[in-house]
Amino acid sequence: MNTLELQKKLFAAARSTPPRNDVPYAFEKRIMARIAKEALVDVWTLWGRLLWRAAAPCVALMLALTVWAMVSSQSASRNTDNLAVALEDQVMAPLARLEESW
Amino acid sequence: MDINDAEQIAAVRGGDAASFEPLVKKYQPRIFATARRYARRESEVEDIVQEVFIKAYQKLASYRGEAPFEHWLMRLAVRTCYDFLRAHQRNREINFSDVTTEETNWLEQFVADPSSRNESAAAAREIVAKVLAKLTPPARLILTLLEIEDRSVKEISRLTGWSVPLVKVRAFRARAEMRKVLEKMIRKGYV
Repeated sequence: MNTLELQKKLFAAARSTPPRNDVPYAFEKRIMARIAKEALVDVWTLWGRLLWRAAAPCVALMLALTVWAMVSSQSASRNTDNLAVALEDQVMAPLARLEESW
Repeated sequence: MDINDAEQIAAVRGGDAASFEPLVKKYQPRIFATARRYARRESEVEDIVQEVFIKAYQKLASYRGEAPFEHWLMRLAVRTCYDFLRAHQRNREINFSDVTTEETNWLEQFVADPSSRNESAAAAREIVAKVLAKLTPPARLILTLLEIEDRSVKEISRLTGWSVPLVKVRAFRARAEMRKVLEKMIRKGYV
């Protein structure tokens, strides 16, 4: 059985008749309606895409603010200690000077 | 590029979606013919054509206008058909129980005398359709483009996005795959 020859013959038969190119009635209207619908959906797709894009900077900003809040609260507590010492120094300063003059 | 096409494409890009309709009207017979080579059910053909035009509308910004619009659209159509074949590649096991008497007669006549001119071309076309349906998506695509549509390797490379050597390799494998299917068909007793 010569399958090569059979293959050639089958291809020749398939080549001899191209497929139909008729189009269903008003098919272009159907496509245009679909495109109009897609355009409406697209606004939401765009919005969704923008939200996703905004997510990363928002997380980064949140982390930065958290770090800043933690650092500033630590330094604030350190500043509070310094303030207490400074206040005490100021209040006691005249007394200290008195002690020195005696 | 066709002046009318260029004007309509520019209008669509400018936001006038209605200008896309004449383009659809002009090219849809060609796209229908292409889709009918890969899908048998009319509902599937319509789905493919619809997808091609929607993709074309969405990707119109990427069309640079260096080649005719029809070529760009055909490339999109061939790739959409290939995606369709890949999505529907299940159920390809050899089962020729639906080979008609006319098709069996055609094959018998060929076996008896390979050089004879077989009368029923319709039967041969049906056999081709059934055999192609059993092939892998790349094999079916390449045989359709190369052997049935009679396109050159370079053209197929442009349409599919595959390199020229890849097209050649796939064509070689596809022919072998088809011969295997034919042999199986004959062995199963349909001739």
